Amino acid sequence: MTDLDQTAPATVDVTLRVNGVEHTRTVEPRRLLSDFLRHDLRLTGTHVGCEHGVCGACTVLVDGDPMRSCLMFAVSAQEHEITTVEGLGTQDSMGPVQQAFVECHGLQCGFCTPGFVTTITAFIAENPDPTIDEAREAVSGNLCRCTGYQNICKAVVRAAEITRERADEDGAR
Amino acid sequence: MKPAPFVHHSPRALDEAVAVLAEVGHDGKVLAGGQSLIPVLNMRLAQPAHLVDINRVAGLDTVTVTDTHVRVGAIVRHAQLEKHDEAYAVLPLLRQALRNVAHPAIRNRGTTVGSIAHADAAGEMPSVAVVTDAVIEAVGPRGRREIAAGEFFEGPLQTVLEADELVEAVRFGRLAPGTRTTFVESARRHGDYALAGLGLAVDVEGAGADAVVRSARASYVSVTDIPVVVDLTDAVAGQPVSSPDWSAVEDLVQAAIAPEADIHASSDYRRALAAELTRRALTSLTTETIESTGGAA
Amino acid sequence: MTTRQFGSPVLRKEDPRLVTGNGRYLDDLGHTAYEVAFVRSPHAHARIVDIDVDGALEVDGVVAVFTHEDLDGPAADRLPLLIPHPSIVAGRTGHALAKEDVNHVGEAVVMVVARDRYLAEDAAQRIVVTYEPLRPVVGIATSRDGDDLVHDDAPGNVAAHLLQEVGNVEVAMATAPHTLTLDLEIERSACMPMEGKGVLAHWDSDEQRMRIHSSTQTSTGVRAAVAAKLQLPLAQVECIAPDVGGGFGVKIMHPWPEEVLIPWAARRLDHDVKWTEDRREHFTSSAHERGQLQQVTVGFDDDGRLLALDVRFWHDNGAYLPYGVIVPIITATQLLGPYKPQNYRVEFWSLYTNTVLVTPYRGAGRPQGCFAMERTMDAIAAELGLDRTEVRSRNFIQPEEMPYDQGLLFQDGRPLKYDSGDFPASLAKLKALVGWDDFTAYREQAEAEGRKVGLGIGCYVEGTGVGPYEGGHVHVETSGRVNVATGLTTQGQGHQTILAQIVADELGVSIEDVYVTTGDTRRMPYAVGTFASRGAVMSGNAVALAARAVRAKALRIAADALEVSEADLQIEEGTISVKGAPHASIALSTVAVMSNPLRYAFDESAKAATQFAGAFDPDKPPVADEDEPGLEGKDFYSPTQATFANGMHAAIVETDPVTAEIRILRYCVIHDCGTVVNPMIVEGQVHGGVAQGVGGALYERMAYDETGQLLNASFMDFLIPYASEVPHIETDHLETPSPLNPLGIKGAGEAGTIPVSAVIASAIEDAEGFPIRSMPISPTELWDLRRQHARTNQETA
Repeated sequence: MTDLDQTAPATVDVTLRVNGVEHTRTVEPRRLLSDFLRHDLRLTGTHVGCEHGVCGACTVLVDGDPMRSCLMFAVSAQEHEITTVEGLGTQDSMGPVQQAFVECHGLQCGFCTPGFVTTITAFIAENPDPTIDEAREAVSGNLCRCTGYQNICKAVVRAAEITRERADEDGAR
Repeated sequence: MKPAPFVHHSPRALDEAVAVLAEVGHDGKVLAGGQSLIPVLNMRLAQPAHLVDINRVAGLDTVTVTDTHVRVGAIVRHAQLEKHDEAYAVLPLLRQALRNVAHPAIRNRGTTVGSIAHADAAGEMPSVAVVTDAVIEAVGPRGRREIAAGEFFEGPLQTVLEADELVEAVRFGRLAPGTRTTFVESARRHGDYALAGLGLAVDVEGAGADAVVRSARASYVSVTDIPVVVDLTDAVAGQPVSSPDWSAVEDLVQAAIAPEADIHASSDYRRALAAELTRRALTSLTTETIESTGGAA
Repeated sequence: MTTRQFGSPVLRKEDPRLVTGNGRYLDDLGHTAYEVAFVRSPHAHARIVDIDVDGALEVDGVVAVFTHEDLDGPAADRLPLLIPHPSIVAGRTGHALAKEDVNHVGEAVVMVVARDRYLAEDAAQRIVVTYEPLRPVVGIATSRDGDDLVHDDAPGNVAAHLLQEVGNVEVAMATAPHTLTLDLEIERSACMPMEGKGVLAHWDSDEQRMRIHSSTQTSTGVRAAVAAKLQLPLAQVECIAPDVGGGFGVKIMHPWPEEVLIPWAARRLDHDVKWTEDRREHFTSSAHERGQLQQVTVGFDDDGRLLALDVRFWHDNGAYLPYGVIVPIITATQLLGPYKPQNYRVEFWSLYTNTVLVTPYRGAGRPQGCFAMERTMDAIAAELGLDRTEVRSRNFIQPEEMPYDQGLLFQDGRPLKYDSGDFPASLAKLKALVGWDDFTAYREQAEAEGRKVGLGIGCYVEGTGVGPYEGGHVHVETSGRVNVATGLTTQGQGHQTILAQIVADELGVSIEDVYVTTGDTRRMPYAVGTFASRGAVMSGNAVALAARAVRAKALRIAADALEVSEADLQIEEGTISVKGAPHASIALSTVAVMSNPLRYAFDESAKAATQFAGAFDPDKPPVADEDEPGLEGKDFYSPTQATFANGMHAAIVETDPVTAEIRILRYCVIHDCGTVVNPMIVEGQVHGGVAQGVGGALYERMAYDETGQLLNASFMDFLIPYASEVPHIETDHLETPSPLNPLGIKGAGEAGTIPVSAVIASAIEDAEGFPIRSMPISPTELWDLRRQHARTNQETA
């Protein structure tokens, strides 16, 4: 058994770039990225559902790639660009995946939703026109207990559509 | 479910990492991707006093392809290797196996070398290591040493690695030109650890309707204590690809493995499942040509 | 013309907030609160010999460590037996912190309060509890044997025993041309909401007030429990359910030990205290459900008509019985589904085991009842060589027999009387949807390809919207904003949207102007909670009644101001106008000003109202005796009985001939929940229910070993389906409005889950040709069953 006194929690300064903004906090090295985001930066959109990497609710984008923030220490996330659900849109200006979730009734309690939104955002960036089967595969690493996934899969396809529509609009301007 | 305290070391160079690990020895753990380690830490099933975080060590994040092998550095992420086209071209089994490793978000962080060092018999990549005759490049205070994958694994979650050693890279051996490979598994849920699975490499001689199997080697997940290669050649050699008879394979496989029962499946079931998956993998490899020939490209 | 909201697939009002990370779930609150970790029992059954907390106190950042000895007053007493029932012969509940013994792994023994959760866990780890292990009672069969006891004073481990009988089963069975007996088993699963439980307490020592946030399905229940346990006046306690990340039943249980302990500690420490349940805790200290052993004996005639049904079952209620016998009573009564058994006897024993306690999980005893009845229907069909839908048809209650009294007492103590439903029509729709009559051809084609497929069916009736009541409060602000409050809580059902739809229609306002609050005792102190698929039925009707009261008052004031008859007025888009003379109008916001004689001209509405001030009668008070200031209304909906929704599901499964892997090829649902408020939301409820049903049928179980250790207390090993495991779900609806309530609504929340295990068992049985008597079923189990049957067939041959 570890002698806790011997490893009395030394703290470290951790600097993270989250949603384009740099933040520094003094925390213990064991501070999970999920807790750092939620409780130190108060970006509580990232949710914690299992703390062993299975449910996917805590998924954030690290340099654009989805990763489990409960399976990363904040100290290890330095020098990376972190994007959370808060960085993907606002209530007045929702991102395409967020918009698609609203349109398709892709959420019920909403607890797992941020992890889906981040995961799908990265997926669509690489697969701009997915089929429903590809959509299902893409979300098959995230648990949802409410929706039965039917509308989440639809939302993936719809989000890709919205992304293309918005790109067309931007192109037309 | 929060980890116990630890001292975090973040060396920037390999010798620095080796020095730190030498110092903390049995109280330390190497942190690479952390996708197996951190759940264990969060549940406090392990409480190392020191973590040697090698994620910033220079030079460990590369995949190198040579005439004889694919060398994968210690912090190469599963996803990075999976998407590595040059590695895929010469050793498709890597991508074939990696697609079965958990889910994309885990593959984006988890490392291939880490999963081999973790030595979980349910892991896909230890199995790939043995079937490709991989070499484990270990480094420690006593210098470097190379360990054949077949001698690396000692038991579930146990390897010959010393507490003060870390794996710098794994060299997966390229298979003979023309070798066909596949990786199949059956899991309760998509992305779960498999109930049974295997990586398979088959040599076929001849072409078209005259093609026959020359040899076949398989290595299994979740049905053996440690990843071992099962040579299927005796059961399959000479089988015509056009109308093969795999009936001899089942006995061979069932005799070679000793699955443990757990809450998800009985030992007998896993054994039967492994045999059936082997038959299906053989069938798919000998009837399909797309995506299965490596080495020659 | 105002668009009618009721019945439209209105997008959810709550979503923009939730999809952008602006939800506020329990652990999103209280960032400066102390945090709590518990030392929980590692033993299923043991006496506590000693607790040594010294090591914990040395940890920097630890604020306090509490054991049962520290608790005082009613907080130290046993937790309440929430719903007493005459059938309970030995009702035992636990303590908030274990006192002398522990009865399941995960029971809370010591509470550690620290600066944060990391430190609290550090300290918890240093606490040494010495136990004297006792023999654990695990599994229903072991408990039933009664050789070892969970509670010394509960002989035979029996918590409750109930017998209900309609007609004379003994006589009818004796004369029945055919009889069959089935032994059945259903294993435990659990709600497993993605957000576990959590409690945050704020004690205001100046005002002596307690504010509790709890991730609960009943804030009024928690409030009352805390007031009682902490001996506070109810008026000094308020409870708010913030955004709740799923419930499915586990959060209707209350008070959970933590709901007593966290407020207790907050007052004791005069500091905010928070506990956020982690996943491991959720597995071993929240509730499970479903585990039953059943024995069905059925008597029937040559046509497959039921003559007598005799059911005995043994229900695993876990270590304690705080929620009473709701679940087995529901099994006993709802087992009957859409059928008329003629003579029915049901007897159950609710048994203690040294495992996590059992409280309702979506479906709440119905999935087990449906499993028993539907397995029986299939067995009758097999025995007589009849089509399985034909046997069901012959036993259906017919539409013209509604209302139909089954002659039993339901969970609410009221008669089990079906109010409506058209079962033959539902079945016809289902057969068409799944292609029942074409399946033989499909099977033959599959067989030719070396594939095994099977078709299964399951029918159910679900008592929904049980009382006693829910309330609605509707308040129109002078800005035109309409505030709606109801006391029941929401966990993703879209209540903010459907209640806004109802109020928008009733009141004649735009849905954008309607703001709904649920589960906040400050806004609606009288409420029951969210369970029994009652949200839309109870609160929907309550807010409709409240909105009607507001409408009546608004029309009265407007009629007075416009000097017309109320009957000549209409309200559209928040404006009251004279029918046929749209220029004679007055805004609802203005009426809101006029309803309150306090006429400071704070805003434009107030200024506008002054033109209607007119003359007043100096002999009358500004607020008439029978009137109240303000444009608001409150009403309660309280039904005489539950309203009965129903549905029928069918599935086609494929089983791998070698590996016994089971794949659902098609899943079809016919669902009748009366009048639909929002079809998009109802569809979503059905989807989610079916997915949970699929989990319970093929993936999820609580794997206890014989010592009472839960072997799969993680998402790695407790297999909640991912998207890859849930089939495409095809749905069709039938609407037979409930005659019982003003809106014609029946509940929809639980329906999707109820028949799934029955349907999948039916389909696998059809594919395999041997009976499936135990669920869930995994490939390894099906593979074993095949070998057993192959052996049996060999022996008989």
